[in-house]
Amino acid sequence: MTERVLVCGNEALAEAAIIAGCDAYFGYPITPQNEIIAYMSKRMPEEERVFVQSESELAAINMVYGAAATGKRAMTSSSSPGISLMQEGISYLAGAELPAVVVNVMRGGPGLGNIAPSQGDYFQATRGGGHGDYRTIVLGPWSVQELVDCMPLAFDLADQYRMTVLILADGILGQMMEPVVLQKKLRRELPAKDWALTGAKGRSQNIVRSLWLQEGVLEQLNYKLQAKYRQVQKNEVICEQYALEDAEIVVVAYGIAARIVRGAVNKARQEGIKAGWIRPVTLWPFPAEQISQAADEFRIFLVVEMSCGQMVEDVKLAVAGKVPVLFYGRPGGGVPTVEEILDKIRQMTVPVRR
Amino acid sequence: MKAVFKRTQSLKNYPTHYCPGCGHGIAHRLIAEAIDELGIRERTIGIAPVGCAVLAYNYLDVDMVEVAHGRAPAVATGMKRTNPDKIIFSYQGDGDLAAIGTAEIIHAAHRAEQITVIFINNAVFGMTGGQMAPTTVLGQVTATTQQGRDAHSQGYPLQISELLAVLPGAVYVERCALSSVARIRQAKKAVRHAFELQATGAAGLSLVELLSPCPTYWHTSPAKAMEWIETEMTKVFPLGCLKNVTRTP
Amino acid sequence: MAGKIIIDIERCKGCGLCVTVCPKGRIIISKRSNKSGYFPAEVTNIECTACAMCAIICPDAVIEVYRDKNTVGGPSKKDRPILVKDK
Repeated sequence: MTERVLVCGNEALAEAAIIAGCDAYFGYPITPQNEIIAYMSKRMPEEERVFVQSESELAAINMVYGAAATGKRAMTSSSSPGISLMQEGISYLAGAELPAVVVNVMRGGPGLGNIAPSQGDYFQATRGGGHGDYRTIVLGPWSVQELVDCMPLAFDLADQYRMTVLILADGILGQMMEPVVLQKKLRRELPAKDWALTGAKGRSQNIVRSLWLQEGVLEQLNYKLQAKYRQVQKNEVICEQYALEDAEIVVVAYGIAARIVRGAVNKARQEGIKAGWIRPVTLWPFPAEQISQAADEFRIFLVVEMSCGQMVEDVKLAVAGKVPVLFYGRPGGGVPTVEEILDKIRQMTVPVRR
Repeated sequence: MKAVFKRTQSLKNYPTHYCPGCGHGIAHRLIAEAIDELGIRERTIGIAPVGCAVLAYNYLDVDMVEVAHGRAPAVATGMKRTNPDKIIFSYQGDGDLAAIGTAEIIHAAHRAEQITVIFINNAVFGMTGGQMAPTTVLGQVTATTQQGRDAHSQGYPLQISELLAVLPGAVYVERCALSSVARIRQAKKAVRHAFELQATGAAGLSLVELLSPCPTYWHTSPAKAMEWIETEMTKVFPLGCLKNVTRTP
Repeated sequence: MAGKIIIDIERCKGCGLCVTVCPKGRIIISKRSNKSGYFPAEVTNIECTACAMCAIICPDAVIEVYRDKNTVGGPSKKDRPILVKDK
């Protein structure tokens, strides 16, 4: 269907997952994403797919692990504290090279925090919150439509690269209602899952594992994973930018923060300030090249996040000291306003260029 | 001459890393025999635990997955729900199932997941060097109960079969031992029944608890370890069928 | 007698369980170690009835049990472990 429907982010991403061919959803209730599990509990059986409300997030990610090991498209969703519980499972998924989709509707933290929106899990998502040298692909959509578009992309990326794809939404995106188009997308060409556990009929046994005790074997596996991650970095970066050509101030933000930044930058332009923005959509692989190129011109970067500053570190790494990088953020459920960001932009003085 | 006992097909002819006299070898063989007798090898998927049996996939010739400590019943749930025609079994030790994995096994039984669980109870954590397990008996000396397990500070041994038998979602719960030929024959029947139930669509979880020797961490000989099961373990973990309910979905 | 067992001595770990169960007491622990350093079980097949109790208790499945086809008697069908797939 190509009609536009008005729907909240949580339900939209659930329906989009079903359209994308999600075979199984396993989850545990946690605010602010309970609409996802409720929606899935109704729709998945309607489509004769699998739905289980698990006893914990720990169990949910392991149910995903099981379904994924048999070659199915499996997903779970949670919010920050629940995602913390899933880190062990995500590390195992990475070590066993299983495809999976995990949605994190971020809320205020640390600890039990609150149920307000936040972007405080960027480190957890991009640095790999579990143990070991691994990466997950991380997507940071900024609208309900983009959240919807992320779902088929996530399943395809997961299957293509045998990785976990983490979608970082937040309490606002999950709850807000926007008109979206929900339609089936063409799948990429994907490799066959001949590694999957389907019963050893007509072939020798398949083993899905992440333990490799013999000397040197795990080291080699790690190099293999790194090579795979380099492929992802080469091929899958998605990043948007706006009004950069003459920008003297570049604001970098993702997700809902980027929506607010867009408003601030538009107002800044109306005031004659030459501002632009860069919006990473893939947070891993990070658009380091685009940001680095943008830093080749002399300008000041302002990173805006709903946290105490996490993505700002990646921006600084990409900029590599070429230009100043400033930060503005509000953690713990605080949401910056257009005015606050505009104010910061106004305060930024740009030295006279030669 | 006619062969009356040979290694069965699903038990790989591969030397195991288990200690001399370890019960895992016997349990693996019973599982392999059950799978072959029922003719379900090509649709069986097994789950190896974290514990001494982590490498069970090197010994059992079926599709297998290695999972995080204790999570096997959750992984089994994910596998069985998405592949109802496959036979899913988990193989777990007393740390895996009765310590870190208590939530997962109880909820898989409570949800009546149609899976088979083989629970190896050897009253100790073998892999990590012989620490107390939830099933360690009172007075037993282990690496972390060097004065012997004391109920006041370390609690009582956990009787998993009794715990699970009360759940309506568990359809078959039996406790056997591997401590003599007669016991092993009974265990074989139980293991086979647990697989057969899943193969015939029984509407719930089957669990067979096997009292198993760990000569190394009981600091005794294999023969004496078998005796200890007979004389001491069966007092704390009585043998027998606790539940056998025929129920179809 | 009408039965015999073959022990794979290189795979035997010398746990001695078979020694304890043989009703005829015909299994002993060898005085020579195998390549892995274990002292494996060793058998004289005189009086073997192919009861297979040794094989049932062996944790490493290293014992194969054979019976002479023409033998009358021995353990009843009920007791015999059924593992053979005679093709």
